[in-house]
Amino acid sequence: MNLLFKLAAKNLIGAGLRTWLNVIVLSFSFLIIIWHKGLLNGWDRQARNDMFNWETGTGQYWQSSYDPYDPFSLSDAHSKIPSTFDTLLSRGEIAPVLIAQGTIYPGGRIQSILIKGIDPEQKVLKLPGSLFLKSDVDLPVLIGSKMAGDNGLKVGDAITIRWRDVHGTFDANEMKVIGIFETNVPSVDAGQVWVPLNKLQKMMGTPGEATILVCGNFDKTGRTTEGWKFKSSEDLLKTVTDIIKMKSVGGIVLYVILMSLAMLAIFDTQVLSIFRRQKEIGTYIALGMTRSQVVGLFTLEGSLNSVLAALLAAVYGIPLLALQAAKGMSFAGAGKSYGLVIADKIFPVYSLGLVVTTIVIIMITTTIVSYLPSRRIAKMKPTEALRGKLQ
Amino acid sequence: MENSTLISIEALKKHFLTSGGRFTALNGIDLKIGRAEFTGIVGPSGSGKTTLLNIIGSLDSPSEGRAVVLGQSISDLNVKQAALLRRSKLGFIFQSYNLLPVYTVFENVEFPLLLLKLDDSQRRKMVMDSLEWLGLTDKTKSKPAQLSGGECQRVAIARAMVKRPEIVLADEPTANLDAANSHNILKTMVLLNSELQTTFIFATHDDKVISYLKRKISLIDGKVAKDEMINK
Repeated sequence: MNLLFKLAAKNLIGAGLRTWLNVIVLSFSFLIIIWHKGLLNGWDRQARNDMFNWETGTGQYWQSSYDPYDPFSLSDAHSKIPSTFDTLLSRGEIAPVLIAQGTIYPGGRIQSILIKGIDPEQKVLKLPGSLFLKSDVDLPVLIGSKMAGDNGLKVGDAITIRWRDVHGTFDANEMKVIGIFETNVPSVDAGQVWVPLNKLQKMMGTPGEATILVCGNFDKTGRTTEGWKFKSSEDLLKTVTDIIKMKSVGGIVLYVILMSLAMLAIFDTQVLSIFRRQKEIGTYIALGMTRSQVVGLFTLEGSLNSVLAALLAAVYGIPLLALQAAKGMSFAGAGKSYGLVIADKIFPVYSLGLVVTTIVIIMITTTIVSYLPSRRIAKMKPTEALRGKLQ
Repeated sequence: MENSTLISIEALKKHFLTSGGRFTALNGIDLKIGRAEFTGIVGPSGSGKTTLLNIIGSLDSPSEGRAVVLGQSISDLNVKQAALLRRSKLGFIFQSYNLLPVYTVFENVEFPLLLLKLDDSQRRKMVMDSLEWLGLTDKTKSKPAQLSGGECQRVAIARAMVKRPEIVLADEPTANLDAANSHNILKTMVLLNSELQTTFIFATHDDKVISYLKRKISLIDGKVAKDEMINK
């Protein structure tokens, strides 16, 4: 094997430009696959962090009637917060959220919204609830920048809000925007306003009640939560995880195209090599190499392309990828435009596993692609090969 | 032992299937070749010289009859055993040199020794000895493309001789060389034959080669037409 390796390396380097063209194409594949996967990993990490910080916490208890995809369930989806959470509540380690439907009238238009009540002193989510404590207006609201942009609202604006309480009575009031927060999580921003929990409880006629309880870092085992169902952070992140998975699958198409180009180049080179080097093949056999050794030699030559490509990709790729991992890649506005949990800048994450897996997959593929044409050597007659006669 | 039989061929026939039907290249060859012979298989094109050389070199196998080379029947060898025989006991010299283009002269000559898995120092010594016999010590780092035809053929001889094979098979070794180079090469081979007791078998129709032979086996239409010893 050592001998074959030496010979293959010598032949490969000796082939000059042909080798380097293959190696350059293959190194691009290495780099783009690693970069793309790294970008998705970075997005996944950022999306999870943002979701933890802004929406899901470490998990949520849902009132048993609550269905986030059915706004009509909201009229029944509220209950007293179980006493088992009293201590956590007082320490701000659980954030009760009451959700109700409402309507606002921005610029003379009607818009249905969700009104979300949150404890101003909660420490679980990053929502700037403390602003409520500094405000002395009757109905202060916080909105996200997307909501503000969509409705032309700014801090200090007052706008009519209408809602229906638990008894079915419609009521209305004037709310005042006291703060606009920036978030990458559209599901806590678009089409909703945040008000102090006790205000909303009072508006709805549901004192001490909530729709969901967002958990901080505490042990959730052994808590009596009758009428509430627990949703783990993984359950809550399923949508975003699925989107990223879907993007990864979409990425496979890109990888297949890139790999096909590189593999086609290697396959062509191998076929051409075997065609042009018949005399050499005959000489190897005449000098005492077995046919399988010659097949092995040519296969190894082909697969060494991927080793050189990995080295070349490392030379120019490491600085490029490191630079991007440090500076990030701009996706400004993409999250707000498409409703995705995506930051204005994504910082790619390149794990050792990602790099090793990519290298191994490319090496295996290259070896297979190199072996396929090399099999022809096993069927060659050495006497014909020595004369350079096509077989 | 000097004249002990290294190659024994009995009723050897070789047929090839061609588009025009079956072509008989060798049609009942019987001969014996002993140690340290300097023998030529001569004849016109298509007489079967190269086919016979290929069978002796275990690159091809007989259709009928028997060819025993260094005690091994060529028909009975599998591809691995045949490769082992070529690797350890046989040397080849080709008309168009067949040097490996990306290797230096040293590496080309070293190649057969790599296959024999000899250690570094042993390889180096044997390669340098071989290059010295052929007067190529100043060309060790040259690539074949940088050498003249005569130099290339000398490298090919060095490669064939480096492992001290029992038999060297040379197929039209001077066909691509001018007269002066041909004589130089042939003189070298005569010298190696006498000093190392290596058996040389040529397939040729070149008069220059024939003039150096000690034994001439003439083939016509796949049969031995004449087998004569030449007294020098």
